[in-house]
Amino acid sequence: MNRRDSLKALGLTTLSAGLILEACKTDTPHKEEVAAVAPKTEDEAGRQAYEIERDKKLHAETFFTPAEMLTITVLGDIIIPKDEKSGSASDARVPEFIEFIVKDIPEHQTPMRGGLRWLDLQCLNRYGKIFTDSTKQQQFELLDMIAYPDKAKPEMAQGVAFFNRMRDLTASGFFTTKMGFHDVGYVGNAPNKWIGVPPDVLKQYGMENNI
Amino acid sequence: MSDLQIKKSSTTYDVVIVGSGAGGGMAGYVLANAGIKVLMLEAGVYFDPQKDSQQLKFSWESPRRGAGTTRPFGDFDAAYGGWQLEGEPYTTKDKTEFQWFRSRMLGGKTNHWGRISLRMGPHDFKAKDGLTDDWPITYDDVKPYYDKVDRLIGIYGTKENLENEPDGIFMAPPKPRLNELFIKKGAQKAGVNVIAGRGAVLTEALPGNKDRSPCFYCGQCGRSCKIYGDFSASSCLVIPAVKTGNLKVITNAMVREVLTNKEGIATGVSYINKEDMQEYQVNAKTVILGASAAESARILLNSRSAAHPGGLANSSGVVGRYLHDSTGSGASGFLPQLLDRKRYNEDGAGSVHIYSPWWLDNKKLDFPRGYHIEYGGGMHMPSYGFGRNIQDMNGRVPGRDGKMKEAGGYGVSLKDDYRRFYGTQFGMAGRGTAIARYDNYCEIDPQVVDKYGIPVLRFHYKWAAEEIKQAKHMQETFQEIMHNMGAIYNGPEGADTNYGLEAPGKIIHEVGTVRMGNDPKKSALNKWCQAHDCKNLFVVDAAPFVQQGDKNATWTILALSMRTAEFILQERKKLNV
Repeated sequence: MNRRDSLKALGLTTLSAGLILEACKTDTPHKEEVAAVAPKTEDEAGRQAYEIERDKKLHAETFFTPAEMLTITVLGDIIIPKDEKSGSASDARVPEFIEFIVKDIPEHQTPMRGGLRWLDLQCLNRYGKIFTDSTKQQQFELLDMIAYPDKAKPEMAQGVAFFNRMRDLTASGFFTTKMGFHDVGYVGNAPNKWIGVPPDVLKQYGMENNI
Repeated sequence: MSDLQIKKSSTTYDVVIVGSGAGGGMAGYVLANAGIKVLMLEAGVYFDPQKDSQQLKFSWESPRRGAGTTRPFGDFDAAYGGWQLEGEPYTTKDKTEFQWFRSRMLGGKTNHWGRISLRMGPHDFKAKDGLTDDWPITYDDVKPYYDKVDRLIGIYGTKENLENEPDGIFMAPPKPRLNELFIKKGAQKAGVNVIAGRGAVLTEALPGNKDRSPCFYCGQCGRSCKIYGDFSASSCLVIPAVKTGNLKVITNAMVREVLTNKEGIATGVSYINKEDMQEYQVNAKTVILGASAAESARILLNSRSAAHPGGLANSSGVVGRYLHDSTGSGASGFLPQLLDRKRYNEDGAGSVHIYSPWWLDNKKLDFPRGYHIEYGGGMHMPSYGFGRNIQDMNGRVPGRDGKMKEAGGYGVSLKDDYRRFYGTQFGMAGRGTAIARYDNYCEIDPQVVDKYGIPVLRFHYKWAAEEIKQAKHMQETFQEIMHNMGAIYNGPEGADTNYGLEAPGKIIHEVGTVRMGNDPKKSALNKWCQAHDCKNLFVVDAAPFVQQGDKNATWTILALSMRTAEFILQERKKLNV
């Protein structure tokens, strides 16, 4: 197989291979491309029948209540807000990802549901309102008690565990989208020739003589 | 089930091969190319990496972003199967632990393996410490076959002239990634030798082969390769063998037992067709098992007859015994020097770029056998788990303003931390020799059957002091290397976790269950992997291994299977089989 045949076997023309490279450089990701919620039929080659069935079933189910989804959305955007480089967690459809992943990996369900409830109860006791109805200032006051594990009070340990999980799921959901790839600068997953660490990088780290 | 019947074929094949992985695939390839009529039975489905691989998909093309929910090594990993298969249980005995990974597909586990391809050395075949049994063959007996496998399949590496790490016929290896340069420097300072990896990936065109293309460096060998740039038994052996017109594959054929006649000679096999759930029997002059070490032992133990009351090829009682997997223990950390590093495509090859062959003398240590270390790290494709436990990282280095930050957090500053830490992480994993022991075994569970009614395996496996002390040494070595690298890392795994020693089976290098030997009282197979008790029965997976070195099993499976297949061709000429 020569290079052209190889690319054909990959379902790529030299043009589309270039587009993949190009796509990684695009500055403005289209929102609808940010997260494919369900795989398309043509992407199902090599997927086992039970996997396709299982995904369909999970997509048809709903786990979180609308109120829970709202809290997840607010929390997600506090964890990963929009900045000069990229959008927020909800811009990258992180809440939808979290809804899917807790159905896919059920051990997330109780800690997430219970954690959201724990958060609301803390707010009710302190501020007389659930988390999403509390003021921004109150929300941050509460989150500051659970977002920093080393300085959190022992009685807030359950909140710390919840927030660690919520932070991890938000990061997973955000940085695995096109927006997230672009943000973090991942430029791989495209045919190329690996010839080693670029010379300027070797020089930067004084590794010229160690390759 | 009222219409259940046994369907007997009137055809007699020259050879029937059970399994299509490295062992079965290679035997099928050699025999079919020599004009022998071969039937291959595979318990799983058809799989052609060209059509079925998930290669080059982006994380967002998986609703779980690559998480390992249905595929243990991630949503894009090639392996169909895993640690548990629905309706196909296995059990353990005496509260011991064993994890059994099964890939039910053409090519088996070779579709997703790490392609790390190490030859066993002279001292692996004949150990210097006298602790374990010698193989009935030496490195010199196997060397010509390793050479032929290198040429047929393709492998990268470097000539090093190390006594027990024999060189092969190598293509140029991929250069180290940045993190790996730091690892190499740190390891060398600790006196640990680091050399180029040895992987079954084409870094150059394979002479004489028009079906396979050289690697284009996506780093995704675990998904299997659409252009056959790496070795899978499906793409490189079975599919080409089918093209000879001499090999027929039946997929979804779950073998129950080997059939024998009154004289105890194998006459064929009995299997369940998983599509119509009927029982089939096929005839063959020669039967070759390559179903995987544990599965081949299971088939033999389930093949009981008047001539073979303890199971086929088992008059010695060793079938299922001497089960051993490699030891495994790992460590990871991050390099604060690499915060905010420059971005470029660092996917590289999907096998290791560097590794450390065993570098010490066990006579000076408190454990008898060595290990090698596999390394990796860099700017990989973000997938499920990206940035996990950032609270364990971002409080340990100064922020952009030079001040230490409180670990954890949220907001713009946290978002920036994910960027800053991207590509700074690395990992290292020891893979060591575990001692083959009579008391570590699999046997037929007297009470449990799978959904096909086939009695299942029951495992009994315990690590001993030799393996635990080796894992302790791994942890100490990792700490020293990471210290030398200027890395940030956690303390070593301690006695409470057996020094991070993985459960038996987890490294998926299980071997030894149908061992070779010259003495029929102590071994099941002779030096050609031919059953002492049944001359037209051969085993070509990792079951014949007497004692595995710290080397990953695949290259030795391929070499031994090729050697056995050529022996079968010679014996056929002499009309012996």
